[in-house]
Formats: sequence, C-alpha cells, structure tokens
Amino acid sequence: MDFITQLLTDPIGFYNSHTLLIANIGINSILAASMFVVLYSGQLSLAAPGFMAIGAYTSVLMELYWRTPLALDIAAGTALASVVALLVGLSVLRLRGVFLAIATIGFIEALRLGVILNLPITGEGLGLQNPKADPLGGVNMVLVALVLVVFLLWRLTKGRLGHAWSAIRQDELAAMSQGIDVARYKMLAFILSAALAAFAGGLEAHLNFFVDPGDAQYGVTRAVQVLTFAVLGGSGNIFGPVVGALFLTTLPEILRFQGFNYRDIVSGVILIAVIIFRPQGIVGRGGLAIIRPRWWPRAQVSAPSPG
Amino acid sequence: MGQQLLNAIFFGSIYALFAVGYTLVFGILDILNLAHSAVFMFGAAITYSLVVNHGQSFWVACVLGVGACAVMGLVIEHVCLRPLRRRRAPPIAALISTIGLALIIVAAIEQGRPGTFFAWLWVDGANSVSFPPAAVPNPTWHVAGLTLEASRIAIIPISIVLMLVLGYVMRYTQVGRGLRAVAENPRAARLMGLNVDRMITLTLVISSALGGVAGILFGVSLGDISPYIGRDNVEVRGLAVIVLGGMGSIPGAVVGGYLLGLIELIALLARGSSARDGIAFAALFLMLVLRPQGLFGAQLREKV
Repeated sequence: MDFITQLLTDPIGFYNSHTLLIANIGINSILAASMFVVLYSGQLSLAAPGFMAIGAYTSVLMELYWRTPLALDIAAGTALASVVALLVGLSVLRLRGVFLAIATIGFIEALRLGVILNLPITGEGLGLQNPKADPLGGVNMVLVALVLVVFLLWRLTKGRLGHAWSAIRQDELAAMSQGIDVARYKMLAFILSAALAAFAGGLEAHLNFFVDPGDAQYGVTRAVQVLTFAVLGGSGNIFGPVVGALFLTTLPEILRFQGFNYRDIVSGVILIAVIIFRPQGIVGRGGLAIIRPRWWPRAQVSAPSPG
Repeated sequence: MGQQLLNAIFFGSIYALFAVGYTLVFGILDILNLAHSAVFMFGAAITYSLVVNHGQSFWVACVLGVGACAVMGLVIEHVCLRPLRRRRAPPIAALISTIGLALIIVAAIEQGRPGTFFAWLWVDGANSVSFPPAAVPNPTWHVAGLTLEASRIAIIPISIVLMLVLGYVMRYTQVGRGLRAVAENPRAARLMGLNVDRMITLTLVISSALGGVAGILFGVSLGDISPYIGRDNVEVRGLAVIVLGGMGSIPGAVVGGYLLGLIELIALLARGSSARDGIAFAALFLMLVLRPQGLFGAQLREKV
C-alpha cells in the first residue's frame, strides 16, 4: 500500500523514486500503441517484439561502432524496421486472424533464435553491453515520446486513414467495395506499427545498460504481453491500449506487499475478471458509460474490438 | 544418427499429442487455448508430486494426473470461455482469459514450496526435478548401438493409440458427429437439439486430458519437470505443429508433430543446436506464406 500512499501524498518523491517503473510504463504504452495500430485496422499481428529488437540492436550497434548521436541511432533503427516490415508485410498480410498471428510469431522467433542468437555482431546469446545508456535522463524523453505518439495516433484515427482502417476492420469486403485500397492501408498500418515498435525498442535500449535477447524481451512472451495491454485496455481508441499498459505494468507494483508471494496468481485472477466483465476492454465500446453523466453526449461511432 | 532419428520421432510424438488437444479446441471453437501448455505442465507436476510427495504408486499417480488435467479442462470452460460466450465477446477476449488462467496455474506451481499454501500441490518451487529412478519402471535395452529406454519407446504406441481412438470417436460415433456439428455451425447444432455447451465442455476435457498425458510422458522420459516446461517446450511449437498440419485438423496435427520433430533434427544436423529453433520457426513462417491452409487443411475460410 506504500505505493499508492506515496503516489497520492508525495507525487514528486514518487516520480523520483520510481523512474524505472515510469519509464517502463512509457515504453509499454508505446508498444501497446504499436499493437493498437494493427488491431485498429483489423490485423492480429504479433510482430512488435521483432521490430523492437531491430530498433534496439540497430541503435545500440550504431552507438557502439560509429558513435552517432542518439536521435540518429533511433531514427536509423526505426527506418530499418520499416523496411523490414515492408518486406515481411508483402508476404504475410494476406493472412487473417490467428493465421497472421502465428505467422508473425514465426517471424519474431526466427529472427530472435535464428538470426540474433547466431550473429557474432549481436553478441549472440550473451547480449550487448550499452555503456552509453541513460536510465535516469531517458525517462523524460520516453514520456515526451509517448505524448507525441498518442497525439499522432489520435489525430490519425480521426482522419481519412483512421476511417479507412476502421472500415477494413469492420468488414474488409465492404471496405473494398467502397473503393478503399485494402492492401495498401493494411500495409501502411503494419509499417506504422513496426516503426512505433522499433522506436520503443530504441528508447528501451537507451534506458538499459544491457540488450538481452531473451524470450521475455523480444520473444513470444513479450508479444503476448503487448497484445494483453491492447486488448485489456480496449482497442476501440488509442487511449485504451495506453490505459491497459498503465494498468498491467503498475499492477505488480501495487500487489507488492511484504511477504506476499501470490502476486502472479492475483494478477491472473484480475486479468480474467476484467476481460470477462469488460470483454471490449477497459476503455472499450460504451467507454465510460458507468460514470458518464446523463447529459454528456454519447460517442457517435461504436468501435468493437477486432479479432 | 539412428539415435537422433529415434529422438526426433520421440519429440514428434510429444508434439503431436500436445497439438492434437490444441487443434481440437481450435477446430471446434475457433479459439486458441493458450492455457493448454500450462495444463501440459500441470499434468507432469501433479504426477510427480503424487509419486514423490504423497507416496502413490506411479500408475495411480498417472491416472490421477490425467484426471486433474481433465478437471482443469472444466475450469478452462467454466471460468475462461463460457462467461465470454454468454456475453458474445470477440474471440480475442478468450485468448486473454486463457492467458490469465495459464498465468495462475504456472504461478501456483511456482509458489509451491514447503510451508506455503500450495505445498500440497508442489514443493520444489521453480526448480527442475525428475522422477527418482526407482519410482518409474524403465527397463533399458541396447540394440545395434541404440539405447532404447522403455519410457521413450512407449510414447510412440501410446500417442498413436490415443490419436487413433480420438480419430475413431470423431468420425464414427454419435458424440463425434455432435462435435463436428458444433464445429461446423454452433447455431444450427443448437437448433438440431444438440447441447452445444456440453459438447464444448467435453472438447475441453478431452483436449486437456490429452495435454496432461503429453506432459506426463514428457516429464517421465526427459526427467525435466518444472513450472516452465510447457512454456519453454511446447507452447509455441504446438502452434507451429497445428499450422504445419492445418488448423483444426487432427490427422494434420499428428503429421505436423512428426514433421516438426524431423525439421528440428535436420536443422540440428545441418547447423548445430543453436540454429535448431530458428530454423523450425523459419519453416513455420514459410509454410504460412506458401500454403496457409497447412498440409491437411481445407480451403481457407474467409474469416477475420
């Protein structure tokens, strides 16, 4: 309970003593936003950790070998991930639903186990040291980046692109018959999602002194975790995934009591309870209907979760 | 080489048995049951615990272990799936609720140490343990330079018999017809007087029991039982297997299991152990890109 007490009574002290947690929330929120983009366009892609790995390794390697500035490192990682996303997308985007999910799992695991763990330059299974990391200063950058990403996606979903994605998610055939270039818009979503994931990966690599090619970092475990953020938060609008990431990243900290060993069990119970009582996500369709006053205008477009 | 081929067949049988349960649920519900790998682990852990901590004989423990997994199937249905069906939730919600259940099962085993709440279930925490040699009958023969352990050899006939029985039930019995009807169209099945909820419950019980059998066989013959065996060994490979064979197809899952064992063997021989998993997943990726319906899958349905 110390956690919540401190948050309420001493926010500045809380910020200073929980920088790592706040940075993690920021990174996870950007990842959830990356997942949101694909879900919003009706694609169940789990490729985010793969692109994250590309972003992280590219930026750290550029830093180590060429000593380029950080902004250029992350930009290069993001650009490389976008190119890879274009190539991967060309081959997998005609798959749908679970098939796309499994194909992207194949991609990330082939990348991690086949390429990263076997190339000498990536340090193989040992990972990479990143002496230039800045865990304390990085957190502000992460938060600014998160705000920018959320604002960008919020504007995008309100615009032409967002409406096209939404139409494709609700009914691909109908969208096509309305003249929407389905393949192109899906590809755009896939690439944007990859770029965001690589961006998050680059930022995360900058926060840690060590790039670890483990399953929890760039493998299926991470992919499932990010999917959980987006679905639990609700993927009808951009705020859902951010709320989901905030909720699920903070939950283990809230449950950290002295001598309490059943954290994961309680997390699992809460996960099931939330998804059963709000299958559309915390900020899903009907959004805040429970606390919304009667005179408040209803949301015009109902946006069901894809899948 | 002969020994490695034998190992490939052995791993293939485990993958096949595990994936049959996975694909059964997917074929009927169109849902990936991500708690299946936790049930796999649960079967192995319960059996170990019954033999070592509760002094049961191995065979009794096996029966009880499979029974416990079947009960876990009931839990999956009643806790994770049925409430969501009632609310007409999107299928992706079921993915999340089964992940939640998997988290709970793994954490319960992980926290089982002497003196804790779960000590009756498991006492070794996150450690990897193996059956004491005296507890499990395991004669070993040496034939033509190959080491044949009964526990590993037994897996092959056990898997094949179980899969044949399942295939027979699905194809020729009243229950199997009911299950296939539900898979085809739940609404029409209900209108024809089938109890759809009961059929789905039955599916999960069968699937989880098969997962438990796979887990026990794995634990006995590999001598590696820990809370993470499901996650590390079969969770993602199970997906690869059902994709190789064709989603929802039982013969496909069987062939896919052996195929994955073979692909891993070839990768191992060609590039060494570090490349084994990478090549298996690259094969999965290629399979989906080139032939998404799998080896035995029907024409891909237009579905989100």
